[in-house]
Amino acid sequence: MDNLNSLLDGFAAILTPGNLLIALIGVTIGTAVGMLPGLGTAMAIALLLPITYGMEPTQAFIMFGGIFYGGMYGGSTTAILLNTPGQSSSVVTVLEGFKMAKNGRGGQALATAAIGSFVAGTIATIALVFVTPITVDFAIGLGAPEYLAIMVLALVATASVLGSSRIRGFASLLVGLVIGTIGIDAVTGQQRLTYGVPELANGIDIVVVAVGAFAVGEALWTAARRKNGKDEIVPVGRVWMGRSDWRRSWGPWLRGSALGFPFGAVPAGGAEVPTFLSYVTERRLSKHKGEFGNGAIEGVAGPEAANNASAAGTLVPMLALGLPCNATAAVMLAAFQTYGIQPGPLLFEKESALVWTLIAGLFVGNAMLLVLNMPLIPIWVKLLRIPKPYLFAGILFFASMGAYATSGQAFELYVLLALGLIGFGMRRFGIPMLPMIVGVILGPMAERQARMSLQLSGGELSGLVGGPVAWTVYGIIALIALWPLAALVRRRLTRDREAVAV
Amino acid sequence: MTSAENEAAQNGTAATEDVAVEETVDTETAPPKRDLQQLFVCGFLAVLGVLVIVDAARLGGFSASNDPIGPKPVPIILGILLFVVAGFYALNVLRGGHGEDEGANAGEKFDFTTVGLLCAVFVANALLIDWLGWVISGSLLFWGAAIVLGSRRYFLTLAAAVVLGLATFYGFAIGLGLGLPAGVLQGIL
Repeated sequence: MDNLNSLLDGFAAILTPGNLLIALIGVTIGTAVGMLPGLGTAMAIALLLPITYGMEPTQAFIMFGGIFYGGMYGGSTTAILLNTPGQSSSVVTVLEGFKMAKNGRGGQALATAAIGSFVAGTIATIALVFVTPITVDFAIGLGAPEYLAIMVLALVATASVLGSSRIRGFASLLVGLVIGTIGIDAVTGQQRLTYGVPELANGIDIVVVAVGAFAVGEALWTAARRKNGKDEIVPVGRVWMGRSDWRRSWGPWLRGSALGFPFGAVPAGGAEVPTFLSYVTERRLSKHKGEFGNGAIEGVAGPEAANNASAAGTLVPMLALGLPCNATAAVMLAAFQTYGIQPGPLLFEKESALVWTLIAGLFVGNAMLLVLNMPLIPIWVKLLRIPKPYLFAGILFFASMGAYATSGQAFELYVLLALGLIGFGMRRFGIPMLPMIVGVILGPMAERQARMSLQLSGGELSGLVGGPVAWTVYGIIALIALWPLAALVRRRLTRDREAVAV
Repeated sequence: MTSAENEAAQNGTAATEDVAVEETVDTETAPPKRDLQQLFVCGFLAVLGVLVIVDAARLGGFSASNDPIGPKPVPIILGILLFVVAGFYALNVLRGGHGEDEGANAGEKFDFTTVGLLCAVFVANALLIDWLGWVISGSLLFWGAAIVLGSRRYFLTLAAAVVLGLATFYGFAIGLGLGLPAGVLQGIL
């Protein structure tokens, strides 16, 4: 009950005209940036993070709540209308969504995505209110070795579960970990990997990494393939849902939410698995199996709900353990740190008002999106018609502005470009970016926990492993690591020699 | 990707049911075009590994009671892992492995002139920002990038760039307290 009271206080804090206006701005620019092709939710937050540097923490977090849901909402619109998933979690939405749009049912696809996102967002945020304090209670009993184990799990899982190629996932993760190591070592004060460059002593800001790899990388990628034809935008029509659309959508929404939230809440569960599971489930349960592959509304409603619910779910480990498991959470964690706030079990004690305002902000932003965007979708779609030169010039412009503002040094712009080139290479070679982003922020945290464990054990290496929780987590890691081996053995047994691609 | 996976799974089951089918499936999917440019990635990882280890070797290996292992082990572990991953990566590439969606379009022509020009515009902004200030250098960045990316309306683009530069400076730097430099326009803006 305590929590509900705190939540009500959070709502009280947000329901002032000024704060509602901030939430509205957050929702609007979140949608706008999330909709830009090639950028996703994480990008929306990373690009917009610098503009909140001058704000009060409370207001900044109200804005984040809006940007968070707005960005997701914008991303699904682009996926449906442009046939380009802005992020891997939208891949499944594209399957049926774009087909629906082509059949002249784009309006219905967008409507079911929007309402489904609202339903899932609301359910998941309510679940967040109840699950996070439980997680906190559990987390308070954990020591440094347990944290280390959970962080290693998050790192290994993001690198190996997501995407199709483990080796590429691990390559990306290692690059992220190396970037995270750059700068002054927090314990001994020695400079690592700075090679005498004084500007590197403070390390590389996660915002610069995310903006560089995603936004600048995307701009360079577009530049390199400028002559490769145009994206086609399907006209939307009116955004509404008929009676049968409603009947066919509500089940997938609820099932999608139920699938998405737990996957999001588990470290490194991600949104890819639940969206895919939701799609498969809906295809199996549907009475309109024939429509799947040609634009079945269930195939949009379910995965979109799963996507939103899992995104809200990732806030559980982020807030309760200080553990970011996707790019969006990583950037949000960076935002917390900018304000000198460390997410983790103590967050709910120390910054209770702030956290509950953030959660209330999620509810408000979510509701605003539904009310505002359903009628405004045709206007939003005009954003997709901005000619590419202007679009990417604008992205470079804002990316540079944000990167410069992180430290007020032109040096950040060179780092930004370097990371843009890395991002470009990763796109070229099909290497997933998420492990790198998570590695940058989780790597140093894991190292700190490891050194703290050794400090507690007086240098005994056995101190790294700790109690039963840590053993369980390492068991799970072993399972994840050995899974492809088991699959390989099974394939060998069935004498299917062709599928070796790790 | 998912439908491809499905297909692969179906092919797999088909192959187990009938050996004759397996042969045809194999020949259909067998010739994967090796994308050897990916070896650059392996090279990058290996070079990174060298850089990390060389730097770690330089670190003082002292340990204190409050920090038994010091700052050294983590970079060394990372360096070793980089070599291991680079090795497996190279193996994977030589066996015809490739990344997700992008691997499929790997053969497309790349327009590196545009990329180079875009980088040049970007670096110009980095060089000029402290001297000319954000309004001028940012406008030049927008204008230059739009032209490089194919805009041919020089004056309209320039107008848009200047408007953007001024709007962001007044909105973010003065309005929200973001640290953007005024440069030579100090006192005028």
